[in-house]
Formats: sequence, C-alpha cells, structure tokens
Amino acid sequence: MARLTKKDVIHVAELSNLKLTDSEIKKFLPQLTKIVEFVGSLTEVNTENIEPTSQTTGLINVTREDKVISENMLTHEDYFKVKAIFQGKDK
Amino acid sequence: MNNIPLTIKETQEGLKAKKFSAVELVDSYLAQINKYNKEFNIFLTVTEEQAYKKAKEIDRSNFQSPLSGVVVSYKDIFLTKDVRTTAGSKILESYIPPYSATSVNRIEAAGAIPIGKLNCDAFAHGSSGENSDFGVTKNPWNKEYVTGGSSSGPAGAVSANMSLVSLGSDTGGSTRQPANFCNLVGLKPTYGAISRYGVIAMSSSLDTVGTFTHTVGDMEIMYDVLRGEDGFDGNVKNFVKPEIKKRFKLGIAKEYFIDGLDAEVEKMIFEVKKTYEKMGIEVVEISLPHTKYMVPVYYIIQPAEVSSNLGRFDGIRYGNNRNSFGEEAKRRIMLGSYILSAGYYDEYYEKAMKVRTKIINDFDEAFKTVDAIISPVSPTPPFKLGENTKDPLKMYLEDVYTTTANLVGIPSLALPSTFSTSGLPIGFQIMGPRFSEHALFELGRKYHQEIDYKPKIAL
Repeated sequence: MARLTKKDVIHVAELSNLKLTDSEIKKFLPQLTKIVEFVGSLTEVNTENIEPTSQTTGLINVTREDKVISENMLTHEDYFKVKAIFQGKDK
Repeated sequence: MNNIPLTIKETQEGLKAKKFSAVELVDSYLAQINKYNKEFNIFLTVTEEQAYKKAKEIDRSNFQSPLSGVVVSYKDIFLTKDVRTTAGSKILESYIPPYSATSVNRIEAAGAIPIGKLNCDAFAHGSSGENSDFGVTKNPWNKEYVTGGSSSGPAGAVSANMSLVSLGSDTGGSTRQPANFCNLVGLKPTYGAISRYGVIAMSSSLDTVGTFTHTVGDMEIMYDVLRGEDGFDGNVKNFVKPEIKKRFKLGIAKEYFIDGLDAEVEKMIFEVKKTYEKMGIEVVEISLPHTKYMVPVYYIIQPAEVSSNLGRFDGIRYGNNRNSFGEEAKRRIMLGSYILSAGYYDEYYEKAMKVRTKIINDFDEAFKTVDAIISPVSPTPPFKLGENTKDPLKMYLEDVYTTTANLVGIPSLALPSTFSTSGLPIGFQIMGPRFSEHALFELGRKYHQEIDYKPKIAL
C-alpha cells in the first residue's frame, strides 16, 4: 500500500486549498499515514461483483411539479412576462 | 418555580392547570443557564428576547399544539433566521443566516420556545466535543469528563436542565453517543425521514437530524413533528405510522463483543438482554460479519464527503477564509482529498462504497429473522477530557458501534440504562429496519417501564 510522504501531504493540501504550516505538515504526516493504513484494511474484503452504494433511500429522480409563478401570469408569445430585474437607461 | 418538569406531558399539564406560565418556564431555564453555562460551556448564543416573546404568545394560547411551551435549544449547525450560526467553527463566527432550517420551523410552528444555540465539535467533526473552536463542553454529570460529541451542547443542555429537549445531528453517532454519555434518550432517524434543509452539511449520504429528550414518549412526539417531506430535501419520504407488532424478536450480534469493549458496558448489554427476556421477548444471537469494517468504511466515505462539502467555505460567500479551519476539519479535508485524488479513488472510495453494500446486505439478512438489534453505543463509559485527543485514530474507534446505522441508513434509538461504578451514565441502542422508529419507541418504552426508569438531571 501507498505510504504517504511529505510531498503527498503538500500536494493534498494544495488540492484542498489549505495553507499548512511546517509544523502542521509535520503533525499530519504520521497521523494521516496511520489512518490511511487503517482504512486500507478493506483490501482484504472480497467485493467481486458487488455494486457500490452511494445512497440508501432507493429513491430515484425525485422531482417537484414544475410551476411557473409569475405576477399575473401574463404571456407574450410562448414566454411568461415578469417584472424587469434591471432598470433600463431610459427610465 | 421550584421544579421544572422533565417531560412534555407534565409541562403542558402544568401550563393548562396554570401551575406556572411559559414565561416562568423560560425564567427557570435561563436561571439554570446563567448559573452553570460559564462552567460547562454548553450554549454559544442565548436567545433570551426571542424566548420571552414566544413564551408570551404561548401564554395567550390554549396550549393545544403538540409542543406548546416546550423549551428547545439547537446545535449550532441548524440555521436560525437572524440568529448567529457558527457550526462550532471560527470560520462562521459572525455568520447570520437569512432563513431557518425546516426542523427549526416545524418545531417552532408546533409551539416550541427556542432558547439558544449550542456548542458542538466544529462542523460536527468529533466524538467528544473537544474539537469546538469555542472550547470544550464539560459533562454535567462530572466535569472532568467529556459529554461525547459531536452534539456536545445538545446533550449538555438537556441533562443540565437548560432546555427540555434539543436538536443535534447524527452522521456517525453524534447524537446517540453524547445522549448515552449524559443519560438521555437520543434518536438517529431513518435516512430520509427528517429533512436536513438548513442543517450545515457534513457528509451528505450519512447526515441525519438527531433529537435529545428525557423520555421515549417525548421522543415520539418530537419525531412525529419533525418527520415528512418539505419539498427541499429530496431524500425525504412521507409514511403512515405503521401498526406495531404484538410480539418482538431481538438480536445481538456476536461480532459486537470485541477487544476494547469495556467490561461494564458488556455486562449492561447482558442485563438488557435479561430484561427483555423477562418480558417474554426472545433475544437471539445473530451474525453481522462485516462489523469490523464499519470504522474503515466510515472514515473513507465520511471524509470524502466532508472534503467536498467544506469546499464551499472559501472566504468569499461566508465568513472567514480557509485558514480559520480547526485542526480536525483540516485533517478530514486532507484525508478526503487524498482518498478522492487520482490513483486512489478506486482503491479507497470505490472499495468503501462496495463494502458498504456488503454491510447493508448483512443487515437485510439479519432483519429477516429479528425485528431489531441491540448494541452498545460507545465501547466505553464517558472518557476523561484530553484522554483521546493525542491520537485521532483512537478517537475514531469510539464510533465502532454507531457508524453502522448511518452506513445502512436505518434508525437507531439510544436509551439510558444505568450508571457505571464511577457514577457515569451508560446505555445501549436499538436498531431496526428503515422507517421502524415507532417499533423502536415501543421497545424503548417497554424497557424503561420494566426497569422503572425515571428521568434525572445532572445539575
């Protein structure tokens, strides 16, 4: 299994948009190594032909009714008319 | 008033009989907060003015709403309109949300009186409350010990009688473990039972809204107010309260008896088994073969989702910049980014999602033969402040029994049982299939009736 190096920690900090101090890097390196080694124990589980689970509800494509809420539902050709958001120069 | 009632029923009976007013209730809880909060660091914000305003409204009502006069407090990751919400992190130390969480709105529409916002591990990362950027919460039962976490404040507030009920969250045990450490009933609901709209996200495939009460009866009232679709959290499903079975069969997994399980906790589990058997409920041994992989799977999926959810805190839209993250948040973001980075995604993240499927299969299999599963909550009684802070991995192992319900998406009810020889609360949890909360309440009530459980406060 991959062993974390100081370079890895600096790289991951960059990916995470975190600015770490030298003492933080020094602290995190052994801690992250230990945790990554620990979670790596999953390699011993046989997961052949097993589908991954990303959610537990079984729900798919949850949508709400598509409603258009316009002041007084004025239409113009195939569009809904709504109040202007930006003020025009001529006003 | 002398004795603040410890159940919703007694509170409402007292209000209806004019034994006390809602304003007097607020006086009493505030007195308790003023007396002890400095010492125990439970509340981050006290909403005194809001509480009195609502109490006066309640006093003018006929107390007919399900939570009329119930004083509630919220873990500080619930957005509350116009009231500062920090998530226990310095990043959000001055953040004032423009809207409230669905659960906050529902509780308050049902008559509850909000009294304040509660301390917690920053962004709900932790099992002891020690990761809060605003200082640790001390256990009201003994201030040398942790309350548990991450919902440290919610457990502290109810056990110290600073509010009757409180809301927390549960991503890997953050409600059940502190409830357990503070002699309270705690519920982690089915994933998809209660909307999380307006709750600051930690790990979206695991996060649930948790509740703290003194009794199972109160938990059922809270749950029925909170649950159901709101149109904002697409995972939530409505359901009709099912008919409760007359005969139950319970299981205990042989894999739960591991090294590191404290002797007193183990003994308590056997006592619980005996108590149910005395009531004529069969308790059998079952097998959940993937139990030892719970923590590894959890500490891959959760930090991966954390690293993505906390990406939004960039100092542009909310509060301070990323330098204000505390150590644990940084550690989890780093871990998540590593796990999701090129070359490691399949080895860690994909693998964990597959083992998660196997864990779920174990439970599907178990629920073919038993209605619910009895389990420890924490492997140990409450631990001392500072005892586990040096070694993050040791702290993560605290979550061995609680992460299960989150990974599988099932409900779990944590119940107070007894006190350890050193006088600290210990209890257990009972897990059932998805949307079986009402059956768990029935099982919890039966247990508490049998042991003649009476709610107790620490201070």
